Amino acid sequence: MNVLLDHLPEFRDGFLGTLAITAASALLALVLGLLIAGFRVSPIPPLRAFGTAWVTVLRNTPLTLLFLVAFFVVPQILFPGTSPFVLATLALGFYTSSFVCEAVRSGISTVPIGQAEAARSLGMTFSQTLRMIVLPQATRTVLPPLSSIFIALTKNSAIAGAFSVTELFNVSKLLSDQGFAIGWIFLWIALAYLVITFAISGLFRVLERRMGVAR
Amino acid sequence: MSGASVLYDAPGPKTKARNRLYSIVGAVAVVALIAFVIERLGAKGQFKPEMWNIFNYADVRNNLRDGVLTTLEVFAVAAVLSLALGVLLAVARLSDHKPVRWLATGFVELFRAIPLLITIYVLWVILLANRDALGLSGNGPQFWALVVGLTAYNGSVQAEVLRAGIVAVPRGQAEAAYALGMRKTQVMTTVLIPQAVRAMLPTIISQLVVTLKDTSLGYIITFEELLYTARQMSTNIIVNGSDTYVPVIIVTGVIYVAMCLALSGLATWIERRGRRTKTGVAPATAAPAGDPATAADTGKDPAATP
Repeated sequence: MNVLLDHLPEFRDGFLGTLAITAASALLALVLGLLIAGFRVSPIPPLRAFGTAWVTVLRNTPLTLLFLVAFFVVPQILFPGTSPFVLATLALGFYTSSFVCEAVRSGISTVPIGQAEAARSLGMTFSQTLRMIVLPQATRTVLPPLSSIFIALTKNSAIAGAFSVTELFNVSKLLSDQGFAIGWIFLWIALAYLVITFAISGLFRVLERRMGVAR
Repeated sequence: MSGASVLYDAPGPKTKARNRLYSIVGAVAVVALIAFVIERLGAKGQFKPEMWNIFNYADVRNNLRDGVLTTLEVFAVAAVLSLALGVLLAVARLSDHKPVRWLATGFVELFRAIPLLITIYVLWVILLANRDALGLSGNGPQFWALVVGLTAYNGSVQAEVLRAGIVAVPRGQAEAAYALGMRKTQVMTTVLIPQAVRAMLPTIISQLVVTLKDTSLGYIITFEELLYTARQMSTNIIVNGSDTYVPVIIVTGVIYVAMCLALSGLATWIERRGRRTKTGVAPATAAPAGDPATAADTGKDPAATP
């Protein structure tokens, strides 16, 4: 009990850190995932191949390895001295984007074929069909898997803590190294994660109700 | 219908030309991105022969091999234990006894909600503190923290997968089994679980791929699996005055991706094979008439004969 009250600032920083890194990488993953999903269904073969390679490689790489790549290889390519937060966001966002892409792609294939056919017969181009007809209708089926992808992302963000980003795991490690009882720390950290994951699933439930259509 | 091909028309001459242009531009962009990465790495001297020569040394290779073997060892133990735990929890969640059901539900929900890394870390701290009492030495605490953490998390997920499979088995199956006078345990073990496992095998194996990927969390609790070994090695081997992170990470990445792809390939293969036997076997089981379930099945799907 005392651990929480005595170290409230640390816990607060950790909580906010987890929130920040989850939000940032969720945004990155959403944008990249949509883009790559567009690539994967596009009529341009090299883009399709790129999308497939992207998803295959990222889905089959352990996230810890991606973090190592982000922290030791990426600084060699881009600028050295990028902040750990940015690098962790890159690793998490790229990893999650492959899952978002697959969710979006399966959402696209659940839209009735007639919709795309009608759009085509109106003379719409591929990007118009995708942007104005198919993706808006795919949103409804994509929301539930997206919710579990973002919950997984929240939990995965714990790995960033091991790479010196201030977030909940980082805080628990710090306090445990100072010799506080691990049981209480564990309890509070678990509770904090539960709050975030419940918030995400609640948010998505609201979104699903908003988007839902009475059939 | 894949859905992809309905999104655009069969291209006319103009579109063909435009698509060709886009193809070239896209290919150039992708190649330029890869070239940029290689160029930057090359400029930092990461592709010098000396850098990659390290893989010619027996020590480096042995280290990598030991790392792979340790990773596979953890994976094997965790996979077996998590499958066993998964069956146990799935059955417990479907139990008729309320306390058992609640306990199992609580366990599953708790471990699915907490990040695996935190479970493993907490177990590690607890095991380290009690290592003498438990008789663990050397790598013992790390190994068991990793295995138990992976088992708790993946067991919970496998339990949910199996439970979904058991619930999805047609009601008639259990009803027929009860009508034959089977006990609850018999219905579960001889009728429901085999069908659930068969239906859910691809999902179970993709969760095993996740287990394999998550063994790399051992890196964070300093357990000497593939990733940690690679990291230690690349810090210690100095070539041209710099560490050898890039070559070692590239090689380790290729090993991991290959292992995971092999396992996912197995899942895809089993999925396809399962589909094939389903249509192939149906007429054969129809021959000994009198079993209403199979008769109904073949009646519904006469086109199943290959």
